[in-house]
Amino acid sequence: MAGYISKIFGASPVGPMQDHMDTCYSCAKELTTFFEHVVSGNWDQVESSRNRIVELEHAADEFKRQVRSQLPKSLLMPVPREDLMELMQVQDEIANRARDVSGLVLGRRMELPAPIQKEFLSFVSRNVDAAKKARKSIRELDELYESGFRGAEAKLVESLVHEMDKIEDDTDVMQVEIRAKLFLIEDTLPPVNVIFLYRIIELTGDIADVADRIGRRIQVLLSH
Amino acid sequence: MEDQVLYLTLAGLFGLFMAWGIGANDVANAMATSIGSKAITIRQALLVAAVFEFSGAVLAGGEVTSTIRRGIIDSSYVVGDPELLIFGMLAALLAAGVWLLVASRKGWPVSTTHSIIGAIVGFGVVALGTESVSWGQVTTIAASWVASPLTAGIIAYGIYNSIHWLILVREDPLERARRYAPLYVFVTVTLIALITIFKGLTHVGLTLTTLESYTIAIGCGLIVALGGRWFVMRIHVDEKADREFHFATVEKVFAVLMVITACSMAFAHGSNDVANAIGPVAAVISIARSGLVEQASPIPIWVLMLGGFGIVLGLGTFGRHVIATVGDRITALTPTRGFSAELAAAFTIVFASGTGMPVSTTHTLVGAVLGVGMARGITAINLGVVGRIFISWVITIPAGAVLSIIFFYLLRFFFGSAG
Repeated sequence: MAGYISKIFGASPVGPMQDHMDTCYSCAKELTTFFEHVVSGNWDQVESSRNRIVELEHAADEFKRQVRSQLPKSLLMPVPREDLMELMQVQDEIANRARDVSGLVLGRRMELPAPIQKEFLSFVSRNVDAAKKARKSIRELDELYESGFRGAEAKLVESLVHEMDKIEDDTDVMQVEIRAKLFLIEDTLPPVNVIFLYRIIELTGDIADVADRIGRRIQVLLSH
Repeated sequence: MEDQVLYLTLAGLFGLFMAWGIGANDVANAMATSIGSKAITIRQALLVAAVFEFSGAVLAGGEVTSTIRRGIIDSSYVVGDPELLIFGMLAALLAAGVWLLVASRKGWPVSTTHSIIGAIVGFGVVALGTESVSWGQVTTIAASWVASPLTAGIIAYGIYNSIHWLILVREDPLERARRYAPLYVFVTVTLIALITIFKGLTHVGLTLTTLESYTIAIGCGLIVALGGRWFVMRIHVDEKADREFHFATVEKVFAVLMVITACSMAFAHGSNDVANAIGPVAAVISIARSGLVEQASPIPIWVLMLGGFGIVLGLGTFGRHVIATVGDRITALTPTRGFSAELAAAFTIVFASGTGMPVSTTHTLVGAVLGVGMARGITAINLGVVGRIFISWVITIPAGAVLSIIFFYLLRFFFGSAG
């Protein structure tokens, strides 16, 4: 029967984008557990943690596909479709980094040298903090749409983005310190392992960078 | 004219059939935004629609009915053979009714207004000749089909932006929503009452002085606004919902307002669309009664009531199902948005009814929704579907015309010899 007027409303991308971000964050958060098991040398647990990360990464991809499929070009939206797509692409990188780091560590059965273990674990959790802040700002997306990306709500999100900036600065400092410590002991370790340790530090630190870039993309939305 | 009774019965039946179709299908579109935003339940929607469609039809439906009855065909061309006009109007009713039925079965977005105008113009051109059609009037009507969605869009843009700046971007949106809500109610009710009193009531036989009109309109506005204020102040802050979505309680305030716009919209729809069903009926009645093509007789009030009754009947039989389907699909429209769109559409349609312009309720509402979209109020509007809805009026006119020509010849074949 009739009721075609309801068909002019496209499905909102906000819900799936928030689900996507939630999933990406869970992925990053699992890294904390993952590295705790690496430190305790429990490789069965490491492997199941890695499987969990992979599952979450697949789930995130599924949400990404959903958003893409419901954003055809003929939509009239408050913010450009391209900006939303790019935001989601950046969100996705958080899950990808978690997958890459965990894959590398498990694949090479890498162990963290005792002197940097503690620092590295807090480095990981600080990066996860950044991802958490990113998730918090994405959770404000529906409010941003409600208030037309302006006013009090926009200011609130702007302040979240600044907090993300600060966390990212923190992780940069931590990264420098860990590298310095690793440099001091690198002669005592197999060179190939050292190369990959630097790589792991870099990939992990990327999570905070990506979170920061999510903040930038949100600022782009606010500028329209 | 010995076939009077037959013609009157046929006109009454066809008119009822058409009004039933409008009630069963069209009302759902008019009420969709209110139900979609969960402002009212389906049962409430049916009640609101029944009461306000009926009062819109009776109180403010007169002008448009006049236009359809005698504004399109210049009846000086049928003075010699008034039966032709009777057959024509019956054919137009049947054509529009059948077309509406077919289209809604297929899910095509058609406009009842466009099909009835197409049908009348169609038989006019074929049966009475091109000169019999008042092309000036037809052109004005066609222009109003462009102007009404445009006007509604601009008004909706304005209303939504006012809500945006007065309430949504502020630090204390809830307090502000509570403060401004009664004001919105006051303006809505007063304006619609004013247009109705000035433009519609003469057909009911009421004449008021300017001062009386303003007093009554403002009085209505104040009473409803105070009632609205009472409801709005009683809304509880749902802290859990507000944590999830900071504007949850603000939206609840507007959900109260949407009850009022739902009433306005039903009223507006009744005032404009009832004419599609009973304009031709009124024409048949005046000819059949007097045996003359008489232009000046007033529309009997019972004809307006027949139309109102038909719409309510359609609503009662099929409306529930259609409204439920529509309501389920619109979830993207929150009360603040739905309020802006419906209010703008209701203003535009009631104004059009006052000036006797038969406009499409659906198109006007779509225009209003687009206006809110332009003001960046809606997360996603499917422009492809919007385009299809607007294109439908181009297709509906010839469809109505062709069908009415066929029915015209059929009717004349079966009943013509008797007259």
